[in-house]
Amino acid sequence: MFMLADHQFQVEGDVLPRDTDAATMRALLATNPRFRAPVAGAVYGTLLNDRVTLESMGEALAQPPYNAPPKAPILYLRPRNTWSGHGSRIAVPDAEPGVAVGGSLGIVIGHPGVHVGVAEAMDIVAGYTTLGDLCIPHESVYRPAVPLRARDGFCVIGPALVAKRHLINPEAVRISITVNGQPTFVTTTAACIRGVAQLLADVTEFMTLLPGDIVTLGAPHGVPIAHAGDAVQVRIADWEPLAFSLHAEDAVAAQARS
Amino acid sequence: MKRGRVAYAGAIHTAYPDAHGVRLADGRICRETDVVWLPPVEVGTLFALGLNYAEHAKELSFGKQTQPLVFMKGPNALLGHRGVTRRPDGVVNMHYECELAVVIGRPAKGVAVADAMQHVAGFTIANDYTIRDYLENYYRPNFRTKNRDGATVLGPWFVDAQDVPEYDALELRTCVNGQETQRGNTRDMVTKVPELVAYLSSFMTLAPGDVILTGTPKGVVNVNVGDEITCEIGDLGRLVNTIGSDADFRRH
Repeated sequence: MFMLADHQFQVEGDVLPRDTDAATMRALLATNPRFRAPVAGAVYGTLLNDRVTLESMGEALAQPPYNAPPKAPILYLRPRNTWSGHGSRIAVPDAEPGVAVGGSLGIVIGHPGVHVGVAEAMDIVAGYTTLGDLCIPHESVYRPAVPLRARDGFCVIGPALVAKRHLINPEAVRISITVNGQPTFVTTTAACIRGVAQLLADVTEFMTLLPGDIVTLGAPHGVPIAHAGDAVQVRIADWEPLAFSLHAEDAVAAQARS
Repeated sequence: MKRGRVAYAGAIHTAYPDAHGVRLADGRICRETDVVWLPPVEVGTLFALGLNYAEHAKELSFGKQTQPLVFMKGPNALLGHRGVTRRPDGVVNMHYECELAVVIGRPAKGVAVADAMQHVAGFTIANDYTIRDYLENYYRPNFRTKNRDGATVLGPWFVDAQDVPEYDALELRTCVNGQETQRGNTRDMVTKVPELVAYLSSFMTLAPGDVILTGTPKGVVNVNVGDEITCEIGDLGRLVNTIGSDADFRRH
Protein backbone atom coordinates (compact mmCIF):
# COMPACT_ATOMS: atom_id res chain seq x y z
CA MET A 1 0.00 0.00 0.00
CA PHE A 2 1.39 3.38 -0.96
CA MET A 3 -0.35 6.67 -0.21
CA LEU A 4 1.13 10.14 0.12
CA ALA A 5 -1.05 12.75 1.84
CA ASP A 6 1.24 15.64 2.81
CA HIS A 7 4.85 15.19 4.02
CA GLN A 8 5.84 11.56 4.45
CA PHE A 9 9.02 10.72 6.34
CA GLN A 10 10.44 8.31 8.89
CA VAL A 11 12.44 9.52 11.88
CA GLU A 12 15.42 7.21 12.45
CA GLY A 13 14.43 4.85 15.24
CA ASP A 14 10.69 5.11 14.54
CA VAL A 15 8.95 1.89 13.56
CA LEU A 16 6.83 3.43 10.80
CA PRO A 17 6.80 6.49 8.56
CA ARG A 18 4.61 9.46 9.47
CA ASP A 19 2.61 11.68 7.15
CA THR A 20 2.17 15.18 8.59
CA ASP A 21 2.03 18.85 7.60
CA ALA A 22 5.25 20.75 7.00
CA ALA A 23 5.29 22.45 10.40
CA THR A 24 5.07 19.15 12.28
CA MET A 25 7.87 17.72 10.17
CA ARG A 26 10.02 20.83 10.77
CA ALA A 27 9.59 20.46 14.51
CA LEU A 28 10.66 16.82 14.34
CA LEU A 29 13.64 17.71 12.15
CA ALA A 30 14.78 20.22 14.76
CA THR A 31 15.09 17.52 17.42
CA ASN A 32 15.95 14.46 15.29
CA PRO A 33 19.18 14.67 13.34
CA ARG A 34 18.51 11.59 11.22
CA PHE A 35 15.62 10.49 9.02
CA ARG A 36 15.45 7.27 7.05
CA ALA A 37 15.33 7.30 3.24
CA PRO A 38 11.60 7.63 2.43
CA VAL A 39 11.56 4.95 -0.25
CA ALA A 40 8.62 2.65 -0.98
CA GLY A 41 9.58 1.29 -4.40
CA ALA A 42 12.38 1.31 -6.94
CA VAL A 43 14.52 4.41 -7.52
CA TYR A 44 15.65 5.36 -11.03
CA GLY A 45 18.06 8.11 -12.01
CA THR A 46 17.81 9.87 -15.36
CA LEU A 47 20.99 10.60 -17.31
CA LEU A 48 21.61 13.42 -19.82
CA ASN A 49 18.29 15.20 -19.27
CA ASP A 50 20.03 18.57 -19.14
CA ARG A 51 20.43 20.78 -22.21
CA VAL A 52 23.69 22.31 -21.00
CA THR A 53 25.21 18.86 -20.35
CA LEU A 54 24.30 17.71 -23.85
CA GLU A 55 25.61 20.93 -25.41
CA SER A 56 28.86 20.53 -23.50
CA MET A 57 29.35 17.10 -25.09
CA GLY A 58 29.11 18.82 -28.49
CA GLU A 59 30.66 16.91 -31.38
CA ALA A 60 31.35 13.89 -29.18
CA LEU A 61 27.67 12.93 -29.39
CA ALA A 62 28.07 12.19 -33.09
CA GLN A 63 31.34 10.29 -32.71
CA PRO A 64 32.28 6.85 -31.39
CA PRO A 65 31.40 5.35 -29.04
CA TYR A 66 28.12 7.32 -28.97
CA ASN A 67 27.59 7.82 -32.74
CA ALA A 68 24.28 9.69 -32.26
CA PRO A 69 22.63 11.89 -29.63
CA PRO A 70 20.38 10.08 -27.15
CA LYS A 71 16.79 9.52 -28.26
CA ALA A 72 14.85 7.70 -25.52
CA PRO A 73 15.42 8.52 -21.82
CA ILE A 74 18.59 6.95 -20.40
CA LEU A 75 17.95 5.58 -16.91
CA TYR A 76 19.99 3.92 -14.20
CA LEU A 77 18.76 2.02 -11.16
CA ARG A 78 19.61 3.24 -7.66
CA PRO A 79 19.71 -0.09 -5.79
CA ARG A 80 18.68 -0.45 -2.14
CA ASN A 81 22.22 -0.41 -0.74
CA THR A 82 22.56 3.17 -2.02
CA TRP A 83 19.52 4.57 -0.20
CA SER A 84 20.29 6.86 2.71
CA GLY A 85 18.31 9.54 4.46
CA HIS A 86 18.60 13.04 5.84
CA GLY A 87 21.50 13.35 8.28
CA SER A 88 23.41 10.37 6.89
CA ARG A 89 27.17 9.99 7.15
CA ILE A 90 28.33 8.63 3.81
CA ALA A 91 31.60 6.86 3.20
CA VAL A 92 33.71 8.19 0.35
CA PRO A 93 36.22 5.76 -1.12
CA ASP A 94 39.67 6.81 0.01
CA ALA A 95 41.27 6.50 -3.39
CA GLU A 96 38.72 8.65 -5.26
CA PRO A 97 39.16 12.34 -6.10
CA GLY A 98 35.75 13.39 -4.78
CA VAL A 99 32.07 12.84 -5.28
CA ALA A 100 29.74 14.72 -7.64
CA VAL A 101 26.64 15.89 -5.77
CA GLY A 102 23.84 15.43 -8.27
CA GLY A 103 21.06 17.39 -6.64
CA SER A 104 17.85 16.37 -8.34
CA LEU A 105 14.10 16.57 -8.13
CA GLY A 106 12.61 13.11 -7.56
CA ILE A 107 9.18 12.33 -8.99
CA VAL A 108 7.19 10.01 -6.71
CA ILE A 109 4.80 7.69 -8.53
CA GLY A 110 1.30 7.16 -7.07
CA HIS A 111 -0.44 4.98 -9.67
CA PRO A 112 0.87 2.35 -12.09
CA GLY A 113 2.11 3.96 -15.29
CA VAL A 114 2.05 1.90 -18.48
CA HIS A 115 2.16 3.66 -21.87
CA VAL A 116 0.99 6.90 -20.26
CA GLY A 117 0.34 9.81 -22.62
CA VAL A 118 1.85 13.23 -21.91
CA ALA A 119 -1.61 14.65 -21.19
CA GLU A 120 -2.32 12.02 -18.50
CA ALA A 121 1.20 11.66 -17.12
CA MET A 122 0.66 13.98 -14.15
CA ASP A 123 -2.19 11.73 -13.00
CA ILE A 124 0.29 8.99 -12.00
CA VAL A 125 2.36 11.42 -9.89
CA ALA A 126 1.82 11.35 -6.10
CA GLY A 127 4.45 13.93 -5.25
CA TYR A 128 8.12 14.80 -5.23
CA THR A 129 11.24 14.54 -3.14
CA THR A 130 14.81 15.81 -2.96
CA LEU A 131 17.75 13.64 -3.97
CA GLY A 132 21.45 13.93 -3.44
CA ASP A 133 22.33 11.57 -6.28
CA LEU A 134 26.04 10.97 -5.68
CA CYS A 135 28.57 9.46 -8.03
CA ILE A 136 32.26 9.28 -8.56
CA PRO A 137 32.74 11.68 -11.50
CA HIS A 138 33.11 9.99 -14.88
CA GLU A 139 33.46 11.42 -18.37
CA SER A 140 32.43 8.42 -20.41
CA VAL A 141 28.73 7.58 -20.30
CA TYR A 142 29.07 4.71 -22.78
CA ARG A 143 28.89 1.87 -20.25
CA PRO A 144 26.63 1.74 -17.16
CA ALA A 145 28.66 3.36 -14.37
CA VAL A 146 27.61 0.80 -11.76
CA PRO A 147 30.90 0.79 -9.78
CA LEU A 148 30.85 4.60 -9.72
CA ARG A 149 27.21 5.01 -8.66
CA ALA A 150 26.09 1.91 -6.76
CA ARG A 151 28.19 2.64 -3.65
CA ASP A 152 26.56 2.20 -0.24
CA GLY A 153 24.66 5.35 0.75
CA PHE A 154 25.23 7.18 -2.55
CA CYS A 155 21.54 7.96 -3.15
CA VAL A 156 20.48 10.35 -0.39
CA ILE A 157 16.73 11.00 -0.33
CA GLY A 158 14.42 13.17 1.72
CA PRO A 159 13.89 14.37 4.33
CA ALA A 160 10.36 13.68 3.09
CA LEU A 161 8.16 12.76 0.19
CA VAL A 162 6.10 15.88 -0.51
CA ALA A 163 2.57 15.70 -1.94
CA LYS A 164 2.12 16.91 -5.50
CA ARG A 165 -0.01 19.93 -4.57
CA HIS A 166 3.00 21.51 -2.83
CA LEU A 167 4.85 21.93 -6.13
CA ILE A 168 2.80 23.61 -8.82
CA ASN A 169 5.48 24.01 -11.49
CA PRO A 170 8.14 21.28 -11.32
CA GLU A 171 9.66 22.53 -14.60
CA ALA A 172 10.82 25.82 -13.09
CA VAL A 173 11.85 24.93 -9.60
CA ARG A 174 15.03 26.11 -7.90
CA ILE A 175 17.68 23.56 -6.88
CA SER A 176 20.52 24.73 -4.65
CA ILE A 177 23.49 22.68 -3.52
CA THR A 178 25.82 23.84 -0.76
CA VAL A 179 29.11 22.21 0.13
CA ASN A 180 30.52 23.71 3.31
CA GLY A 181 32.61 26.79 2.87
CA GLN A 182 31.90 27.11 -0.84
CA PRO A 183 29.47 29.40 -2.67
CA THR A 184 26.07 27.83 -3.20
CA PHE A 185 25.43 26.22 -6.59
CA VAL A 186 22.03 27.37 -7.80
CA THR A 187 20.07 26.28 -10.84
CA THR A 188 16.52 25.46 -11.87
CA THR A 189 14.84 22.51 -13.53
CA ALA A 190 14.14 24.72 -16.56
CA ALA A 191 17.22 23.35 -18.37
CA CYS A 192 15.69 19.85 -18.47
CA ILE A 193 15.19 18.39 -21.92
CA ARG A 194 12.15 16.44 -20.78
CA GLY A 195 9.88 17.91 -18.14
CA VAL A 196 8.04 15.68 -15.68
CA ALA A 197 5.11 14.74 -17.94
CA GLN A 198 7.25 14.13 -21.03
CA LEU A 199 9.76 12.05 -19.06
CA LEU A 200 7.05 9.84 -17.55
CA ALA A 201 5.39 9.38 -20.94
CA ASP A 202 8.68 8.38 -22.60
CA VAL A 203 9.77 6.07 -19.77
CA THR A 204 6.43 4.27 -19.47
CA GLU A 205 6.56 3.62 -23.21
CA PHE A 206 9.10 0.88 -22.43
CA MET A 207 8.73 0.07 -18.72
CA THR A 208 6.04 0.19 -16.06
CA LEU A 209 6.42 2.55 -13.14
CA LEU A 210 4.76 1.40 -9.93
CA PRO A 211 3.31 3.20 -6.90
CA GLY A 212 6.16 4.23 -4.59
CA ASP A 213 8.77 4.29 -7.37
CA ILE A 214 10.91 7.41 -7.67
CA VAL A 215 12.31 8.74 -10.96
CA THR A 216 14.70 11.68 -10.93
CA LEU A 217 14.38 14.53 -13.37
CA GLY A 218 18.18 14.28 -13.60
CA ALA A 219 21.13 16.16 -12.20
CA PRO A 220 21.86 19.65 -13.58
CA HIS A 221 25.10 20.47 -15.36
CA GLY A 222 28.19 21.37 -13.36
CA VAL A 223 27.17 20.19 -9.91
CA PRO A 224 29.72 20.65 -7.10
CA ILE A 225 32.31 18.03 -6.18
CA ALA A 226 32.46 17.23 -2.47
CA HIS A 227 35.09 15.42 -0.42
CA ALA A 228 35.47 13.51 2.82
CA GLY A 229 34.87 15.92 5.68
CA ASP A 230 32.32 18.04 3.80
CA ALA A 231 28.81 18.81 4.95
CA VAL A 232 26.37 19.01 2.05
CA GLN A 233 22.87 20.41 1.64
CA VAL A 234 20.54 19.98 -1.32
CA ARG A 235 17.47 22.19 -1.31
CA ILE A 236 14.55 22.23 -3.71
CA ALA A 237 12.18 25.22 -3.73
CA ASP A 238 11.65 26.36 -0.13
CA TRP A 239 11.45 22.81 1.24
CA GLU A 240 13.46 21.65 4.21
CA PRO A 241 16.96 20.98 2.87
CA LEU A 242 18.35 17.47 2.59
CA ALA A 243 21.55 17.47 4.66
CA PHE A 244 24.28 14.83 4.83
CA SER A 245 28.01 14.57 5.34
CA LEU A 246 30.86 12.74 3.66
CA HIS A 247 33.57 10.84 5.49
CA ALA A 248 36.63 8.82 4.64
CA GLU A 249 35.74 5.15 4.22
CA ASP A 250 38.05 4.08 7.05
CA ALA A 251 36.46 6.53 9.51
CA VAL A 252 32.94 5.30 8.74
CA ALA A 253 34.05 1.67 9.04
CA ALA A 254 35.73 2.38 12.40
CA GLN A 255 32.55 4.02 13.70
CA ALA A 256 30.46 1.07 12.56
CA ARG A 257 32.78 -1.30 14.47
CA SER A 258 32.74 0.72 17.70
CA MET B 1 16.65 -28.91 -2.58
CA LYS B 2 14.58 -27.38 -5.37
CA ARG B 3 11.73 -25.04 -4.56
CA GLY B 4 9.58 -22.60 -6.47
CA ARG B 5 7.01 -19.91 -5.70
CA VAL B 6 3.61 -20.33 -7.25
CA ALA B 7 0.17 -18.78 -7.01
CA TYR B 8 -2.62 -21.31 -6.60
CA ALA B 9 -6.23 -21.01 -5.47
CA GLY B 10 -5.88 -17.46 -4.17
CA ALA B 11 -2.57 -17.65 -2.33
CA ILE B 12 1.16 -17.74 -2.89
CA HIS B 13 2.86 -21.02 -2.00
CA THR B 14 6.27 -22.60 -1.86
CA ALA B 15 6.21 -25.51 -4.31
CA TYR B 16 8.42 -28.59 -4.68
CA PRO B 17 8.94 -30.95 -7.61
CA ASP B 18 6.59 -33.93 -7.63
CA ALA B 19 6.16 -36.87 -9.99
CA HIS B 20 2.65 -35.60 -10.80
CA GLY B 21 3.52 -31.90 -11.13
CA VAL B 22 4.25 -29.80 -8.06
CA ARG B 23 3.66 -30.33 -4.36
CA LEU B 24 2.67 -27.26 -2.38
CA ALA B 25 4.05 -26.72 1.11
CA ASP B 26 0.59 -27.54 2.51
CA GLY B 27 0.67 -30.95 0.81
CA ARG B 28 -1.62 -30.34 -2.16
CA ILE B 29 -0.36 -31.74 -5.45
CA CYS B 30 -1.11 -29.73 -8.59
CA ARG B 31 -0.38 -30.05 -12.26
CA GLU B 32 2.50 -27.83 -13.32
CA THR B 33 0.20 -25.94 -15.67
CA ASP B 34 -2.51 -25.33 -13.03
CA VAL B 35 -0.33 -22.99 -10.99
CA VAL B 36 0.96 -19.54 -11.86
CA TRP B 37 4.72 -19.57 -11.56
CA LEU B 38 6.38 -16.58 -9.91
CA PRO B 39 10.12 -15.86 -9.84
CA PRO B 40 11.38 -18.49 -7.36
CA VAL B 41 12.88 -15.94 -4.96
CA GLU B 42 11.80 -12.47 -3.91
CA VAL B 43 14.44 -10.54 -5.78
CA GLY B 44 16.30 -7.63 -4.17
CA THR B 45 18.79 -5.90 -6.44
CA LEU B 46 19.00 -7.48 -9.88
CA PHE B 47 22.36 -7.39 -11.66
CA ALA B 48 23.20 -8.59 -15.13
CA LEU B 49 26.49 -9.17 -16.90
CA GLY B 50 27.11 -8.29 -20.50
CA LEU B 51 29.69 -10.02 -22.69
CA ASN B 52 30.69 -12.56 -20.05
CA TYR B 53 31.33 -15.38 -22.53
CA ALA B 54 34.16 -14.71 -24.98
CA GLU B 55 32.46 -16.44 -27.94
CA HIS B 56 29.25 -14.42 -27.38
CA ALA B 57 31.25 -11.17 -27.19
CA LYS B 58 32.85 -12.11 -30.53
CA GLU B 59 29.40 -12.86 -31.95
CA LEU B 60 28.48 -9.24 -31.11
CA SER B 61 31.86 -7.93 -32.38
CA PHE B 62 33.24 -6.98 -28.96
CA GLY B 63 36.67 -7.70 -27.52
CA LYS B 64 37.41 -8.74 -23.94
CA GLN B 65 36.18 -6.35 -21.25
CA THR B 66 38.81 -4.71 -19.08
CA GLN B 67 36.41 -5.09 -16.15
CA PRO B 68 33.07 -6.90 -15.89
CA LEU B 69 30.28 -5.11 -17.78
CA VAL B 70 27.62 -4.86 -15.07
CA PHE B 71 24.20 -3.33 -15.43
CA MET B 72 21.08 -3.34 -13.28
CA LYS B 73 17.41 -3.99 -13.78
CA GLY B 74 14.22 -2.92 -12.04
CA PRO B 75 11.44 -5.09 -10.55
CA ASN B 76 9.21 -4.45 -13.59
CA ALA B 77 11.43 -6.78 -15.63
CA LEU B 78 10.75 -9.91 -13.56
CA LEU B 79 8.60 -12.76 -14.85
CA GLY B 80 7.98 -16.35 -13.79
CA HIS B 81 8.20 -19.68 -15.60
CA ARG B 82 5.58 -20.05 -18.35
CA GLY B 83 5.05 -16.28 -18.52
CA VAL B 84 4.57 -14.28 -21.70
CA THR B 85 7.10 -11.68 -22.83
CA ARG B 86 5.89 -8.95 -25.19
CA ARG B 87 7.52 -8.39 -28.55
CA PRO B 88 6.53 -4.92 -29.79
CA ASP B 89 5.22 -4.79 -33.35
CA GLY B 90 7.84 -3.86 -35.91
CA VAL B 91 11.00 -4.78 -34.02
CA VAL B 92 13.58 -6.72 -36.02
CA ASN B 93 15.87 -8.31 -33.45
CA MET B 94 14.62 -9.54 -30.10
CA HIS B 95 16.69 -12.35 -28.64
CA TYR B 96 16.69 -14.56 -25.55
CA GLU B 97 19.71 -14.92 -23.28
CA CYS B 98 19.97 -18.12 -21.24
CA GLU B 99 21.96 -17.31 -18.08
CA LEU B 100 22.94 -18.92 -14.80
CA ALA B 101 21.42 -16.74 -12.06
CA VAL B 102 23.22 -16.54 -8.72
CA VAL B 103 21.15 -15.78 -5.60
CA ILE B 104 22.93 -14.10 -2.69
CA GLY B 105 22.18 -15.56 0.75
CA ARG B 106 24.35 -13.59 3.17
CA PRO B 107 25.44 -9.93 3.15
CA ALA B 108 28.70 -9.47 1.28
CA LYS B 109 31.05 -6.48 1.45
CA GLY B 110 34.69 -6.72 0.49
CA VAL B 111 34.72 -10.52 0.32
CA ALA B 112 37.68 -12.40 -1.12
CA VAL B 113 37.23 -14.64 -4.15
CA ALA B 114 38.10 -17.64 -1.97
CA ASP B 115 35.25 -16.84 0.45
CA ALA B 116 32.69 -15.60 -2.06
CA MET B 117 30.70 -18.84 -2.41
CA GLN B 118 29.87 -18.72 1.32
CA HIS B 119 27.62 -15.76 0.42
CA VAL B 120 25.76 -17.57 -2.35
CA ALA B 121 22.44 -19.20 -1.36
CA GLY B 122 21.86 -20.94 -4.64
CA PHE B 123 21.02 -20.76 -8.30
CA THR B 124 18.19 -20.49 -10.77
CA ILE B 125 17.81 -20.12 -14.54
CA ALA B 126 17.29 -16.75 -16.21
CA ASN B 127 16.17 -15.88 -19.70
CA ASP B 128 17.04 -12.20 -20.06
CA TYR B 129 15.60 -10.79 -23.29
CA THR B 130 17.18 -8.01 -25.33
CA ILE B 131 15.54 -5.92 -28.03
CA ARG B 132 18.51 -4.74 -30.05
CA ASP B 133 16.41 -2.30 -32.11
CA TYR B 134 16.39 0.00 -29.08
CA LEU B 135 20.13 -0.03 -28.35
CA GLU B 136 21.65 3.39 -27.75
CA ASN B 137 25.26 4.00 -26.80
CA TYR B 138 24.58 5.65 -23.44
CA TYR B 139 24.89 3.48 -20.34
CA ARG B 140 24.66 0.68 -22.88
CA PRO B 141 22.85 -1.68 -22.69
CA ASN B 142 20.25 0.99 -22.01
CA PHE B 143 17.01 0.39 -20.11
CA ARG B 144 14.81 0.61 -23.19
CA THR B 145 16.73 -2.38 -24.58
CA LYS B 146 17.06 -4.46 -21.40
CA ASN B 147 14.68 -3.30 -18.66
CA ARG B 148 11.38 -4.03 -20.32
CA ASP B 149 8.36 -5.44 -18.48
CA GLY B 150 8.52 -9.20 -18.18
CA ALA B 151 11.78 -9.45 -20.11
CA THR B 152 13.71 -11.24 -17.34
CA VAL B 153 12.24 -14.70 -16.83
CA LEU B 154 13.44 -16.55 -13.70
CA GLY B 155 12.83 -20.10 -12.56
CA PRO B 156 11.23 -22.49 -12.35
CA TRP B 157 13.26 -23.59 -9.31
CA PHE B 158 15.60 -22.06 -6.82
CA VAL B 159 18.27 -24.71 -6.13
CA ASP B 160 20.45 -24.64 -2.99
CA ALA B 161 24.13 -23.96 -3.68
CA GLN B 162 25.16 -27.16 -1.85
CA ASP B 163 23.26 -29.14 -4.49
CA VAL B 164 25.16 -27.48 -7.34
CA PRO B 165 28.85 -28.04 -6.54
CA GLU B 166 29.61 -28.14 -10.27
CA TYR B 167 28.16 -24.63 -10.86
CA ASP B 168 31.24 -23.76 -12.92
CA ALA B 169 30.78 -26.65 -15.36
CA LEU B 170 27.08 -26.62 -16.23
CA GLU B 171 25.76 -27.05 -19.74
CA LEU B 172 23.45 -24.26 -20.90
CA ARG B 173 21.00 -24.99 -23.68
CA THR B 174 18.23 -22.98 -25.34
CA CYS B 175 15.60 -24.33 -27.70
CA VAL B 176 13.16 -22.30 -29.77
CA ASN B 177 10.04 -24.36 -30.52
CA GLY B 178 12.00 -27.51 -29.67
CA GLN B 179 14.91 -26.71 -31.98
CA GLU B 180 18.26 -26.21 -30.23
CA THR B 181 19.70 -22.74 -30.99
CA GLN B 182 22.18 -22.13 -28.18
CA ARG B 183 24.58 -24.34 -26.30
CA GLY B 184 27.38 -23.37 -23.94
CA ASN B 185 29.00 -24.19 -20.66
CA THR B 186 29.41 -22.07 -17.53
CA ARG B 187 33.11 -23.03 -17.49
CA ASP B 188 33.56 -20.52 -20.34
CA MET B 189 32.54 -17.47 -18.32
CA VAL B 190 35.08 -14.65 -18.59
CA THR B 191 34.50 -13.59 -14.97
CA LYS B 192 33.41 -16.58 -12.90
CA VAL B 193 30.77 -16.69 -10.18
CA PRO B 194 33.05 -16.21 -7.13
CA GLU B 195 34.96 -13.46 -8.92
CA LEU B 196 31.69 -11.68 -9.78
CA VAL B 197 30.50 -11.80 -6.16
CA ALA B 198 33.88 -10.52 -4.97
CA TYR B 199 33.96 -7.81 -7.64
CA LEU B 200 30.48 -6.44 -6.83
CA SER B 201 31.18 -6.63 -3.10
CA SER B 202 34.39 -4.64 -3.62
CA PHE B 203 32.39 -1.43 -4.15
CA MET B 204 28.94 -2.15 -2.64
CA THR B 205 27.17 -4.32 -0.10
CA LEU B 206 25.27 -7.29 -1.51
CA ALA B 207 22.23 -8.42 0.46
CA PRO B 208 20.22 -11.66 0.70
CA GLY B 209 17.88 -11.89 -2.28
CA ASP B 210 20.15 -10.00 -4.64
CA VAL B 211 20.44 -11.86 -7.94
CA ILE B 212 23.30 -11.81 -10.43
CA LEU B 213 22.64 -12.91 -14.02
CA THR B 214 26.01 -14.12 -15.21
CA GLY B 215 25.79 -13.59 -18.96
CA THR B 216 24.89 -15.72 -21.94
CA PRO B 217 27.02 -17.87 -24.26
CA LYS B 218 27.12 -17.75 -28.03
CA GLY B 219 23.99 -18.57 -30.01
CA VAL B 220 21.40 -15.82 -29.62
CA VAL B 221 18.84 -15.63 -32.41
CA ASN B 222 15.76 -13.54 -33.07
CA VAL B 223 12.46 -14.86 -31.70
CA ASN B 224 8.97 -14.17 -32.97
CA VAL B 225 5.44 -13.91 -31.62
CA GLY B 226 4.16 -17.36 -30.65
CA ASP B 227 7.60 -18.88 -30.18
CA GLU B 228 8.19 -21.05 -27.13
CA ILE B 229 11.67 -20.62 -25.68
CA THR B 230 13.11 -23.22 -23.32
CA CYS B 231 16.28 -22.63 -21.31
CA GLU B 232 17.97 -25.50 -19.51
CA ILE B 233 21.07 -25.35 -17.31
CA GLY B 234 22.53 -28.58 -15.93
CA ASP B 235 19.98 -30.20 -13.63
CA LEU B 236 18.56 -26.88 -12.42
CA GLY B 237 15.41 -27.33 -14.44
CA ARG B 238 13.74 -26.23 -17.61
CA LEU B 239 12.54 -22.62 -17.91
CA VAL B 240 9.76 -22.17 -20.48
CA ASN B 241 8.43 -18.88 -21.77
CA THR B 242 6.47 -17.66 -24.80
CA ILE B 243 6.53 -14.51 -26.89
CA GLY B 244 3.36 -12.41 -27.10
CA SER B 245 2.38 -9.63 -29.48
CA ASP B 246 1.16 -6.09 -28.92
CA ALA B 247 -2.33 -7.42 -29.66
CA ASP B 248 -1.96 -9.96 -26.83
CA PHE B 249 -1.26 -6.99 -24.58
CA ARG B 250 -4.08 -5.00 -26.23
CA ARG B 251 -1.71 -2.56 -27.89
CA HIS B 252 -2.24 -1.82 -31.55
